[in-house]
Amino acid sequence: MRLSPDDLVFWRYGFAELNSTIITTWALMLVMTIGAMLITRKLATEGKISRWQGLLEIIVTTIQEQIEEVGLSHPQKYLGFLGTLFLFIAVSNLCAILPGYEPPTGSLSTTAALALSVFVAVPLFGIEEQGVGNYLKTYLKPTFIMLPFNIISELSRTFALAIRLFGNIMSGTMIVGILLTITPLIFPIFMSLLGLLTGMVQAYIFSILAAVYIAAAVRTRGE
Amino acid sequence: METSILVAVVSIITAGATMALGSIAPALGEGRAVSTALSSLAQQPDAAKTITRTLFVGLAMIESIAIYCLVISMILIFANPFWNHVIAKAVGK
Repeated sequence: MRLSPDDLVFWRYGFAELNSTIITTWALMLVMTIGAMLITRKLATEGKISRWQGLLEIIVTTIQEQIEEVGLSHPQKYLGFLGTLFLFIAVSNLCAILPGYEPPTGSLSTTAALALSVFVAVPLFGIEEQGVGNYLKTYLKPTFIMLPFNIISELSRTFALAIRLFGNIMSGTMIVGILLTITPLIFPIFMSLLGLLTGMVQAYIFSILAAVYIAAAVRTRGE
Repeated sequence: METSILVAVVSIITAGATMALGSIAPALGEGRAVSTALSSLAQQPDAAKTITRTLFVGLAMIESIAIYCLVISMILIFANPFWNHVIAKAVGK
């Protein structure tokens, strides 16, 4: 039994290899980008708008509202990053209904990459908002004794983000695989339904946590 | 052969024990979190949005402990480095 889609290698040359994770990720990226381009090619502000435009508008405004509720006052600035995270994870988890598809989020390399991008983005947004000095000072709050703990928490939450997403998606696939060998008739369907639900919840949690971390870094202290 | 059996037995028992013991604390914690959130939802239905969001984030935090245990036991069963080491040694012999 494969633990992650990384082990399914299609092509290898030296140390470079093309595995299932990379191919699925690129396919998803292509589908999402081309889909968004096709939909946004003819946007209408008056009269009858297309169904797809309605769908995209709902998604974008909902994400914007959620970001604003976390405490980020200019959601437009963070929409690109957080929205991309949410959409990518949600689509890659939802596509699990397609037969033969292995979610790339069930591989530790994908989730580690996503968590690392959050790890880099949080200080960048913080520095952009408060300046380098003020941002670095937040590591010394409330006292300088907390410095190592703040750094450890920064690292451990990145680790937790990666492992949480990986563990949830991988266990979903794994449970369906194990159930297929024990009770192949109906049970796996319910478990994959549960997996779809967990996938959406995990996508929401991942992006909400990223938003919370950014909000904590951006918040100007002493106001 | 002695070592390989020992490694297999210890790995399987540890995988089970990790899941069993490791899910107790997160289960208790999630139960407390949900019950508190429900009672505050009953007291202040207006703050439902904030409470629900905070509850989700908190639950995710608590649940990640259980997920760590799951990952560890999965590694012990399906991708055990010690087992692979023993097998590689036996093949090399």
